[in-house]
Amino acid sequence: MTLPLFEAGGDPGPNFAALLRSTGLAPPDPDAPAADLAITHATTVVAIRCQQGVVMAGDRRATAGHLISHRTIEKVFPADRHSGVAIAGAAGPAMEMVRLFQLQLEHYEKVEGKGLSLDGKANQLGMMVRNNLPAAMQGFAVVPLFAGYDTTREVGRLFQYDVTGGRYEEREYAVGGSGSLHAGTVIKLGYQPGADADEMIDLAVSALFRTAEEDSATGGPDLVRGIYPVVAVIGADGFERVADADVEARFRDLLASLESRGGDS
Amino acid sequence: MTMPFYVAPEQLMKDRADFARKGIARGRALAALSISNGILICAENRSNTLRKVSEIYDRIAFAGVGRYNEFDQLRIAGVRHADLKGYTYSRDDVDARSLANQYAQVLGQTFTHEMKPMEVEILVAEVASDPGGDQMFHVLYDGTVNDESGYTVLGGEADSIAEQLGQTYDGEWEVGDAVKASSAALSGQERTLEADDLEVALLVRETGRRAFRRIEGDELAELLN
Repeated sequence: MTLPLFEAGGDPGPNFAALLRSTGLAPPDPDAPAADLAITHATTVVAIRCQQGVVMAGDRRATAGHLISHRTIEKVFPADRHSGVAIAGAAGPAMEMVRLFQLQLEHYEKVEGKGLSLDGKANQLGMMVRNNLPAAMQGFAVVPLFAGYDTTREVGRLFQYDVTGGRYEEREYAVGGSGSLHAGTVIKLGYQPGADADEMIDLAVSALFRTAEEDSATGGPDLVRGIYPVVAVIGADGFERVADADVEARFRDLLASLESRGGDS
Repeated sequence: MTMPFYVAPEQLMKDRADFARKGIARGRALAALSISNGILICAENRSNTLRKVSEIYDRIAFAGVGRYNEFDQLRIAGVRHADLKGYTYSRDDVDARSLANQYAQVLGQTFTHEMKPMEVEILVAEVASDPGGDQMFHVLYDGTVNDESGYTVLGGEADSIAEQLGQTYDGEWEVGDAVKASSAALSGQERTLEADDLEVALLVRETGRRAFRRIEGDELAELLN
Protein backbone atom coordinates (compact mmCIF):
# COMPACT_ATOMS: atom_id res chain seq x y z
CA MET A 1 0.00 0.00 0.00
CA THR A 2 1.67 3.23 -1.13
CA LEU A 3 1.31 6.73 0.26
CA PRO A 4 -1.75 8.35 -1.37
CA LEU A 5 -0.45 11.66 -2.72
CA PHE A 6 -2.56 13.73 -5.09
CA GLU A 7 -2.06 16.65 -7.45
CA ALA A 8 -3.70 19.86 -6.24
CA GLY A 9 -6.69 19.47 -8.63
CA GLY A 10 -7.46 15.81 -7.92
CA ASP A 11 -7.22 15.94 -4.15
CA PRO A 12 -10.26 14.34 -2.44
CA GLY A 13 -9.94 16.65 0.59
CA PRO A 14 -11.34 15.34 3.87
CA ASN A 15 -13.89 13.11 2.08
CA PHE A 16 -13.09 9.48 2.83
CA ALA A 17 -15.66 8.09 0.38
CA ALA A 18 -14.06 10.10 -2.43
CA LEU A 19 -10.67 8.78 -1.34
CA LEU A 20 -12.00 5.21 -1.53
CA ARG A 21 -13.34 5.86 -5.02
CA SER A 22 -10.07 7.38 -6.17
CA THR A 23 -8.17 4.32 -4.93
CA GLY A 24 -10.71 1.87 -6.43
CA LEU A 25 -11.77 0.42 -3.07
CA ALA A 26 -15.43 1.48 -3.16
CA PRO A 27 -17.86 -1.46 -3.57
CA PRO A 28 -19.95 -1.67 -6.77
CA ASP A 29 -23.76 -1.37 -6.68
CA PRO A 30 -25.66 -4.65 -7.08
CA ASP A 31 -27.18 -4.80 -10.58
CA ALA A 32 -29.86 -7.45 -10.07
CA PRO A 33 -32.76 -7.66 -7.59
CA ALA A 34 -32.09 -9.70 -4.48
CA ALA A 35 -35.46 -11.47 -4.59
CA ASP A 36 -34.08 -15.00 -4.23
CA LEU A 37 -31.41 -14.20 -1.66
CA ALA A 38 -32.13 -14.52 2.03
CA ILE A 39 -30.79 -11.15 3.17
CA THR A 40 -30.15 -10.71 6.86
CA HIS A 41 -32.25 -7.88 8.28
CA ALA A 42 -31.68 -5.85 11.39
CA THR A 43 -34.92 -4.76 13.00
CA THR A 44 -36.16 -2.35 15.68
CA VAL A 45 -34.21 0.69 16.94
CA VAL A 46 -35.38 3.71 18.92
CA ALA A 47 -33.97 7.08 19.98
CA ILE A 48 -35.59 9.31 22.62
CA ARG A 49 -34.64 12.80 23.71
CA CYS A 50 -34.06 13.35 27.39
CA GLN A 51 -32.81 16.10 29.65
CA GLN A 52 -29.17 14.92 29.44
CA GLY A 53 -29.25 14.40 25.67
CA VAL A 54 -30.51 11.33 23.86
CA VAL A 55 -31.19 7.68 24.73
CA MET A 56 -30.69 5.16 21.93
CA ALA A 57 -31.64 1.51 22.02
CA GLY A 58 -31.94 -1.45 19.69
CA ASP A 59 -32.89 -5.10 20.05
CA ARG A 60 -30.39 -7.87 19.22
CA ARG A 61 -32.22 -9.93 16.63
CA ALA A 62 -31.41 -10.32 12.95
CA THR A 63 -33.75 -12.19 10.66
CA ALA A 64 -33.51 -13.71 7.19
CA GLY A 65 -37.02 -14.20 5.90
CA HIS A 66 -38.89 -16.04 8.65
CA LEU A 67 -35.74 -17.37 10.29
CA ILE A 68 -33.84 -15.82 13.15
CA SER A 69 -30.33 -15.60 11.77
CA HIS A 70 -28.53 -13.96 14.72
CA ARG A 71 -29.43 -13.44 18.34
CA THR A 72 -26.63 -11.13 19.39
CA ILE A 73 -26.05 -8.57 16.65
CA GLU A 74 -25.68 -4.96 17.69
CA LYS A 75 -27.51 -2.12 15.98
CA VAL A 76 -26.51 0.85 18.11
CA PHE A 77 -23.01 2.18 17.59
CA PRO A 78 -21.03 5.24 18.61
CA ALA A 79 -20.46 7.38 15.49
CA ASP A 80 -17.88 9.50 17.29
CA ARG A 81 -17.50 10.88 20.80
CA HIS A 82 -20.77 12.85 20.90
CA SER A 83 -23.01 10.99 18.50
CA GLY A 84 -24.40 7.57 17.81
CA VAL A 85 -26.00 5.74 14.92
CA ALA A 86 -28.56 2.94 15.00
CA ILE A 87 -29.40 0.82 11.99
CA ALA A 88 -32.37 -1.01 10.54
CA GLY A 89 -32.57 -2.77 7.19
CA ALA A 90 -30.22 -5.08 5.31
CA ALA A 91 -27.63 -5.90 7.96
CA GLY A 92 -24.56 -6.35 5.77
CA PRO A 93 -24.74 -3.01 3.92
CA ALA A 94 -25.88 -1.33 7.14
CA MET A 95 -22.83 -2.50 9.11
CA GLU A 96 -20.61 -1.38 6.25
CA MET A 97 -22.36 2.00 6.19
CA VAL A 98 -21.78 2.44 9.93
CA ARG A 99 -18.13 1.50 9.58
CA LEU A 100 -17.67 3.98 6.73
CA PHE A 101 -19.60 6.67 8.58
CA GLN A 102 -17.49 6.30 11.74
CA LEU A 103 -14.35 6.39 9.63
CA GLN A 104 -15.57 9.40 7.63
CA LEU A 105 -16.15 11.43 10.80
CA GLU A 106 -12.73 10.52 12.21
CA HIS A 107 -11.01 11.05 8.85
CA TYR A 108 -12.54 14.49 8.46
CA GLU A 109 -11.53 15.44 11.98
CA LYS A 110 -7.92 14.36 11.46
CA VAL A 111 -7.47 15.90 8.01
CA GLU A 112 -9.17 19.18 8.91
CA GLY A 113 -7.98 19.33 12.52
CA LYS A 114 -11.57 20.01 13.64
CA GLY A 115 -14.65 17.79 13.73
CA LEU A 116 -17.84 18.28 11.71
CA SER A 117 -20.85 20.00 13.28
CA LEU A 118 -23.76 17.75 14.29
CA ASP A 119 -25.73 18.99 11.28
CA GLY A 120 -22.76 18.23 9.07
CA LYS A 121 -22.61 14.70 10.41
CA ALA A 122 -26.36 14.22 9.89
CA ASN A 123 -26.09 15.45 6.29
CA GLN A 124 -23.10 13.22 5.69
CA LEU A 125 -25.09 10.17 6.80
CA GLY A 126 -28.02 11.29 4.63
CA MET A 127 -25.70 11.40 1.65
CA MET A 128 -24.48 7.86 2.39
CA VAL A 129 -28.09 6.62 2.56
CA ARG A 130 -28.86 8.38 -0.71
CA ASN A 131 -25.80 6.82 -2.36
CA ASN A 132 -27.20 3.46 -1.27
CA LEU A 133 -30.43 4.08 -3.22
CA PRO A 134 -29.48 1.90 -6.23
CA ALA A 135 -28.80 -0.94 -3.79
CA ALA A 136 -32.03 -0.17 -1.90
CA MET A 137 -33.96 -0.56 -5.18
CA GLN A 138 -32.53 -4.10 -5.42
CA GLY A 139 -33.66 -4.96 -1.91
CA PHE A 140 -30.70 -3.82 0.18
CA ALA A 141 -32.34 -0.88 1.90
CA VAL A 142 -30.59 0.68 4.90
CA VAL A 143 -32.45 3.13 7.14
CA PRO A 144 -30.45 4.51 10.06
CA LEU A 145 -31.26 6.74 13.00
CA PHE A 146 -28.72 9.34 13.97
CA ALA A 147 -28.61 11.06 17.34
CA GLY A 148 -26.09 13.14 19.15
CA TYR A 149 -25.34 15.81 21.66
CA ASP A 150 -24.90 19.18 19.95
CA THR A 151 -21.96 20.66 21.83
CA THR A 152 -22.58 24.19 20.49
CA ARG A 153 -26.33 24.31 21.30
CA GLU A 154 -25.92 22.02 24.33
CA VAL A 155 -28.95 19.87 23.55
CA GLY A 156 -29.56 16.34 22.37
CA ARG A 157 -30.81 16.09 18.78
CA LEU A 158 -32.09 13.22 16.68
CA PHE A 159 -32.51 12.52 13.00
CA GLN A 160 -34.54 10.01 11.05
CA TYR A 161 -33.92 9.02 7.42
CA ASP A 162 -35.81 7.43 4.57
CA VAL A 163 -34.31 5.23 1.83
CA THR A 164 -33.81 8.20 -0.49
CA GLY A 165 -31.50 9.87 2.01
CA GLY A 166 -34.18 12.31 3.18
CA ARG A 167 -33.14 13.69 6.55
CA TYR A 168 -35.82 14.54 9.10
CA GLU A 169 -34.99 16.04 12.45
CA GLU A 170 -37.36 14.91 15.21
CA ARG A 171 -38.05 16.82 18.43
CA GLU A 172 -39.08 14.01 20.77
CA TYR A 173 -38.30 10.54 19.56
CA ALA A 174 -37.50 8.54 16.45
CA VAL A 175 -38.01 4.88 15.63
CA GLY A 176 -36.85 2.63 12.82
CA GLY A 177 -37.18 -0.92 11.56
CA SER A 178 -39.89 -3.55 11.39
CA GLY A 179 -41.22 -2.92 14.90
CA SER A 180 -41.26 0.85 14.59
CA LEU A 181 -45.05 1.08 14.63
CA HIS A 182 -45.39 -0.59 18.03
CA ALA A 183 -42.26 0.91 19.54
CA GLY A 184 -43.37 4.36 18.40
CA THR A 185 -46.77 3.97 20.03
CA VAL A 186 -45.32 2.89 23.38
CA ILE A 187 -42.85 5.78 23.37
CA LYS A 188 -45.51 8.26 22.26
CA LEU A 189 -47.68 7.34 25.26
CA GLY A 190 -44.83 7.36 27.78
CA TYR A 191 -42.83 10.34 26.55
CA GLN A 192 -42.45 13.39 28.78
CA PRO A 193 -40.54 16.43 27.53
CA GLY A 194 -37.38 17.10 29.53
CA ALA A 195 -37.54 13.79 31.37
CA ASP A 196 -34.46 12.35 32.99
CA ALA A 197 -32.30 9.86 31.03
CA ASP A 198 -33.05 7.21 33.63
CA GLU A 199 -36.81 7.33 32.94
CA MET A 200 -36.29 7.38 29.20
CA ILE A 201 -34.05 4.29 29.40
CA ASP A 202 -36.96 2.54 31.13
CA LEU A 203 -39.29 3.79 28.40
CA ALA A 204 -36.97 2.47 25.67
CA VAL A 205 -36.70 -0.88 27.46
CA SER A 206 -40.47 -1.08 27.79
CA ALA A 207 -40.97 -0.10 24.12
CA LEU A 208 -38.62 -2.84 22.93
CA PHE A 209 -40.30 -5.37 25.21
CA ARG A 210 -43.79 -4.51 23.94
CA THR A 211 -42.58 -4.52 20.35
CA ALA A 212 -41.00 -7.96 20.75
CA GLU A 213 -44.41 -9.24 21.81
CA GLU A 214 -46.08 -7.99 18.62
CA ASP A 215 -43.36 -8.18 15.96
CA SER A 216 -41.73 -11.54 15.22
CA ALA A 217 -38.60 -9.87 13.83
CA THR A 218 -37.86 -8.01 17.07
CA GLY A 219 -36.01 -9.85 19.81
CA GLY A 220 -37.04 -9.50 23.44
CA PRO A 221 -34.75 -9.90 26.43
CA ASP A 222 -33.16 -13.36 26.46
CA LEU A 223 -33.01 -14.21 30.16
CA VAL A 224 -31.68 -17.70 29.49
CA ARG A 225 -28.63 -16.64 27.50
CA GLY A 226 -28.29 -13.25 29.14
CA ILE A 227 -28.75 -11.25 25.91
CA TYR A 228 -30.31 -7.82 26.33
CA PRO A 229 -30.92 -4.90 23.97
CA VAL A 230 -28.09 -2.40 23.52
CA VAL A 231 -28.94 0.87 25.27
CA ALA A 232 -26.74 3.98 25.18
CA VAL A 233 -27.00 7.52 26.50
CA ILE A 234 -25.38 10.38 24.58
CA GLY A 235 -24.89 13.50 26.68
CA ALA A 236 -22.33 16.21 27.34
CA ASP A 237 -19.85 13.52 28.43
CA GLY A 238 -20.22 11.68 25.17
CA PHE A 239 -21.55 8.31 24.09
CA GLU A 240 -21.92 5.91 27.00
CA ARG A 241 -23.33 2.44 26.71
CA VAL A 242 -25.57 1.36 29.59
CA ALA A 243 -24.09 -1.72 31.28
CA ASP A 244 -25.78 -5.04 30.46
CA ALA A 245 -26.37 -5.69 34.17
CA ASP A 246 -28.29 -2.41 34.42
CA VAL A 247 -30.41 -3.22 31.36
CA GLU A 248 -31.05 -6.70 32.78
CA ALA A 249 -32.21 -5.22 36.10
CA ARG A 250 -34.64 -2.92 34.25
CA PHE A 251 -36.09 -5.82 32.29
CA ARG A 252 -36.47 -7.89 35.45
CA ASP A 253 -38.27 -4.98 37.14
CA LEU A 254 -40.56 -4.62 34.13
CA LEU A 255 -41.31 -8.35 34.13
CA ALA A 256 -41.95 -8.34 37.87
CA SER A 257 -44.40 -5.44 37.61
CA LEU A 258 -46.25 -7.17 34.76
CA GLU A 259 -46.36 -10.38 36.74
CA SER A 260 -47.83 -8.63 39.79
CA ARG A 261 -50.61 -7.36 37.54
CA GLY A 262 -51.41 -10.90 36.56
CA GLY A 263 -49.36 -10.99 33.37
CA ASP A 264 -52.14 -9.61 31.22
CA SER A 265 -51.39 -6.37 29.44
CA MET B 1 24.38 24.08 -29.53
CA THR B 2 25.47 24.74 -26.02
CA MET B 3 27.04 22.09 -23.85
CA PRO B 4 25.50 21.65 -20.38
CA PHE B 5 27.94 22.27 -17.56
CA TYR B 6 29.19 19.16 -15.87
CA VAL B 7 28.34 19.05 -12.16
CA ALA B 8 29.80 16.20 -10.11
CA PRO B 9 27.07 14.08 -8.46
CA GLU B 10 28.71 14.66 -5.07
CA GLN B 11 28.42 18.39 -5.57
CA LEU B 12 24.83 18.14 -6.76
CA MET B 13 23.77 16.12 -3.70
CA LYS B 14 25.68 18.40 -1.36
CA ASP B 15 24.02 21.48 -2.84
CA ARG B 16 20.59 19.96 -2.45
CA ALA B 17 21.29 18.85 1.10
CA ASP B 18 22.61 22.31 2.02
CA PHE B 19 19.53 23.91 0.52
CA ALA B 20 17.19 21.64 2.50
CA ARG B 21 19.15 22.03 5.74
CA LYS B 22 19.09 25.82 5.45
CA GLY B 23 15.33 25.80 4.98
CA ILE B 24 14.84 23.55 8.00
CA ALA B 25 17.27 25.49 10.21
CA ARG B 26 15.24 28.69 9.69
CA GLY B 27 12.20 27.12 11.41
CA ARG B 28 11.57 26.56 15.10
CA ALA B 29 12.42 23.22 16.66
CA LEU B 30 10.35 20.56 18.39
CA ALA B 31 11.14 17.82 20.88
CA ALA B 32 9.53 14.41 21.43
CA LEU B 33 10.04 12.39 24.59
CA SER B 34 8.99 8.93 25.67
CA ILE B 35 7.85 9.29 29.29
CA SER B 36 5.85 7.30 31.82
CA ASN B 37 2.40 8.54 30.61
CA GLY B 38 3.13 8.17 26.91
CA ILE B 39 4.95 10.12 24.22
CA LEU B 40 5.00 13.88 24.67
CA ILE B 41 5.63 16.14 21.68
CA CYS B 42 6.43 19.76 22.40
CA ALA B 43 6.91 22.26 19.57
CA GLU B 44 7.70 25.93 19.53
CA ASN B 45 4.80 27.30 17.51
CA ARG B 46 3.14 30.69 17.92
CA SER B 47 0.17 29.77 15.76
CA ASN B 48 -2.88 28.15 17.32
CA THR B 49 -4.26 27.05 14.00
CA LEU B 50 -1.34 25.99 11.78
CA ARG B 51 -0.30 22.84 13.57
CA LYS B 52 3.07 21.15 13.63
CA VAL B 53 1.91 18.20 15.70
CA SER B 54 -1.15 16.14 14.79
CA GLU B 55 -2.94 12.85 14.99
CA ILE B 56 -2.46 10.21 12.32
CA TYR B 57 -4.17 7.16 13.79
CA ASP B 58 -5.19 5.53 17.06
CA ARG B 59 -1.71 5.38 18.58
CA ILE B 60 0.30 7.27 15.98
CA ALA B 61 1.18 10.96 15.90
CA PHE B 62 2.94 13.10 13.32
CA ALA B 63 5.18 16.11 13.82
CA GLY B 64 6.96 18.19 11.21
CA VAL B 65 9.37 21.10 11.03
CA GLY B 66 10.42 23.24 8.07
CA ARG B 67 8.09 24.38 5.31
CA TYR B 68 4.49 24.15 6.53
CA ASN B 69 2.84 23.39 3.19
CA GLU B 70 5.24 20.55 2.49
CA PHE B 71 4.95 18.72 5.79
CA ASP B 72 1.19 19.32 5.94
CA GLN B 73 0.84 17.61 2.57
CA LEU B 74 2.80 14.66 4.00
CA ARG B 75 0.64 14.68 7.14
CA ILE B 76 -2.61 14.43 5.15
CA ALA B 77 -1.14 11.68 2.98
CA GLY B 78 -0.27 9.86 6.21
CA VAL B 79 -3.82 10.16 7.57
CA ARG B 80 -5.15 8.83 4.27
CA HIS B 81 -2.66 5.98 4.20
CA ALA B 82 -3.50 4.97 7.77
CA ASP B 83 -7.29 5.23 7.35
CA LEU B 84 -7.24 3.30 4.07
CA LYS B 85 -5.03 0.61 5.56
CA GLY B 86 -7.18 0.29 8.67
CA TYR B 87 -10.30 0.11 6.51
CA THR B 88 -8.84 -2.50 4.13
CA TYR B 89 -7.28 -4.74 6.78
CA SER B 90 -7.75 -4.01 10.49
CA ARG B 91 -7.04 -1.13 12.86
CA ASP B 92 -4.32 -3.25 14.47
CA ASP B 93 -2.42 -3.49 11.19
CA VAL B 94 -1.67 0.23 10.99
CA ASP B 95 1.83 0.87 12.34
CA ALA B 96 4.33 3.70 12.49
CA ARG B 97 7.18 1.75 10.93
CA SER B 98 5.49 1.15 7.58
CA LEU B 99 4.28 4.76 7.50
CA ALA B 100 7.81 6.05 8.23
CA ASN B 101 9.11 3.91 5.37
CA GLN B 102 6.49 5.36 3.03
CA TYR B 103 7.52 8.87 4.02
CA ALA B 104 11.18 7.96 3.51
CA GLN B 105 10.41 6.76 -0.01
CA VAL B 106 8.60 9.95 -0.96
CA LEU B 107 11.24 12.21 0.58
CA GLY B 108 14.09 10.20 -0.99
CA GLN B 109 12.41 10.25 -4.38
CA THR B 110 11.81 13.99 -4.20
CA PHE B 111 15.36 14.63 -3.02
CA THR B 112 16.99 12.90 -6.00
CA HIS B 113 14.48 13.46 -8.80
CA GLU B 114 12.64 16.71 -8.29
CA MET B 115 13.71 20.29 -8.95
CA LYS B 116 13.97 21.01 -5.26
CA PRO B 117 14.12 18.74 -2.21
CA MET B 118 11.47 19.09 0.49
CA GLU B 119 12.65 21.40 3.27
CA VAL B 120 11.18 19.29 6.05
CA GLU B 121 12.05 16.87 8.79
CA ILE B 122 9.28 14.72 10.18
CA LEU B 123 8.64 12.50 13.14
CA VAL B 124 6.30 9.49 13.23
CA ALA B 125 5.69 8.33 16.81
CA GLU B 126 3.72 5.33 18.03
CA VAL B 127 2.93 4.77 21.68
CA ALA B 128 2.94 1.25 23.10
CA SER B 129 1.39 -0.20 26.25
CA ASP B 130 4.78 -0.16 27.99
CA PRO B 131 7.51 2.49 27.59
CA GLY B 132 10.00 0.01 26.12
CA GLY B 133 7.75 -0.48 23.10
CA ASP B 134 7.45 3.20 22.11
CA GLN B 135 8.61 3.91 18.59
CA MET B 136 9.85 7.20 17.20
CA PHE B 137 11.01 7.47 13.60
CA HIS B 138 12.81 10.63 12.59
CA VAL B 139 12.77 11.02 8.80
CA LEU B 140 15.14 13.54 7.20
CA TYR B 141 14.71 15.64 4.03
CA ASP B 142 16.65 13.06 1.95
CA GLY B 143 14.67 10.04 3.16
CA THR B 144 17.09 8.92 5.84
CA VAL B 145 15.16 7.16 8.64
CA ASN B 146 16.45 7.17 12.20
CA ASP B 147 14.85 4.94 14.81
CA GLU B 148 15.10 7.02 17.98
CA SER B 149 14.64 5.85 21.53
CA GLY B 150 14.01 7.97 24.62
CA TYR B 151 13.88 11.45 23.11
CA THR B 152 14.59 13.26 19.86
CA VAL B 153 14.73 16.83 18.59
CA LEU B 154 13.85 18.09 15.08
CA GLY B 155 14.54 21.42 13.42
CA GLY B 156 16.93 24.36 13.79
CA GLU B 157 19.66 24.02 16.43
CA ALA B 158 18.51 20.45 17.10
CA ASP B 159 21.92 19.36 18.35
CA SER B 160 22.27 21.92 21.11
CA ILE B 161 18.64 21.45 22.22
CA ALA B 162 19.06 17.67 22.27
CA GLU B 163 22.23 18.05 24.29
CA GLN B 164 20.49 20.17 26.91
CA LEU B 165 17.49 17.84 27.04
CA GLY B 166 19.77 14.83 27.33
CA GLN B 167 21.38 16.19 30.49
CA THR B 168 18.17 15.83 32.49
CA TYR B 169 16.01 13.41 30.48
CA ASP B 170 14.45 10.59 32.45
CA GLY B 171 12.04 8.01 31.02
CA GLU B 172 10.10 8.00 34.32
CA TRP B 173 9.04 11.65 33.92
CA GLU B 174 5.41 12.75 34.29
CA VAL B 175 3.84 15.13 31.75
CA GLY B 176 4.65 18.25 33.83
CA ASP B 177 8.36 17.43 34.10
CA ALA B 178 8.61 16.72 30.40
CA VAL B 179 6.79 19.93 29.39
CA LYS B 180 9.01 22.07 31.62
CA ALA B 181 12.22 20.40 30.46
CA SER B 182 11.38 20.57 26.76
CA SER B 183 10.22 24.17 27.02
CA ALA B 184 13.49 25.10 28.75
CA ALA B 185 15.55 23.22 26.16
CA LEU B 186 13.68 24.75 23.20
CA SER B 187 13.99 28.29 24.53
CA GLY B 188 17.75 28.16 25.14
CA GLN B 189 19.55 30.39 27.63
CA GLU B 190 18.42 33.90 26.65
CA ARG B 191 14.63 33.65 26.65
CA THR B 192 11.70 31.78 28.19
CA LEU B 193 8.72 30.32 26.33
CA GLU B 194 5.15 30.92 27.49
CA ALA B 195 2.15 28.64 27.00
CA ASP B 196 1.17 30.70 23.93
CA ASP B 197 4.49 29.96 22.25
CA LEU B 198 4.16 26.21 22.58
CA GLU B 199 2.16 23.48 20.92
CA VAL B 200 2.03 20.39 23.08
CA ALA B 201 0.39 17.02 22.48
CA LEU B 202 0.51 13.68 24.23
CA LEU B 203 0.01 10.15 22.94
CA VAL B 204 -1.54 8.76 26.10
CA ARG B 205 -0.28 5.32 27.08
CA GLU B 206 -3.30 4.10 29.04
CA THR B 207 -6.34 4.92 27.00
CA GLY B 208 -9.13 3.70 24.81
CA ARG B 209 -8.82 3.75 21.08
CA ARG B 210 -7.59 7.24 20.16
CA ALA B 211 -4.50 8.05 22.20
CA PHE B 212 -3.78 11.51 20.77
CA ARG B 213 -4.61 14.43 23.04
CA ARG B 214 -3.64 18.10 22.82
CA ILE B 215 -2.52 19.91 25.94
CA GLU B 216 -3.36 23.58 25.57
CA GLY B 217 -4.70 26.72 27.21
CA ASP B 218 -4.94 26.77 30.98
CA GLU B 219 -3.89 23.16 31.35
CA LEU B 220 -0.60 23.91 29.58
CA ALA B 221 0.00 27.14 31.49
CA GLU B 222 -0.47 25.25 34.75
CA LEU B 223 2.02 22.56 33.75
CA LEU B 224 4.62 25.22 32.90
CA ASN B 225 4.40 26.85 36.33
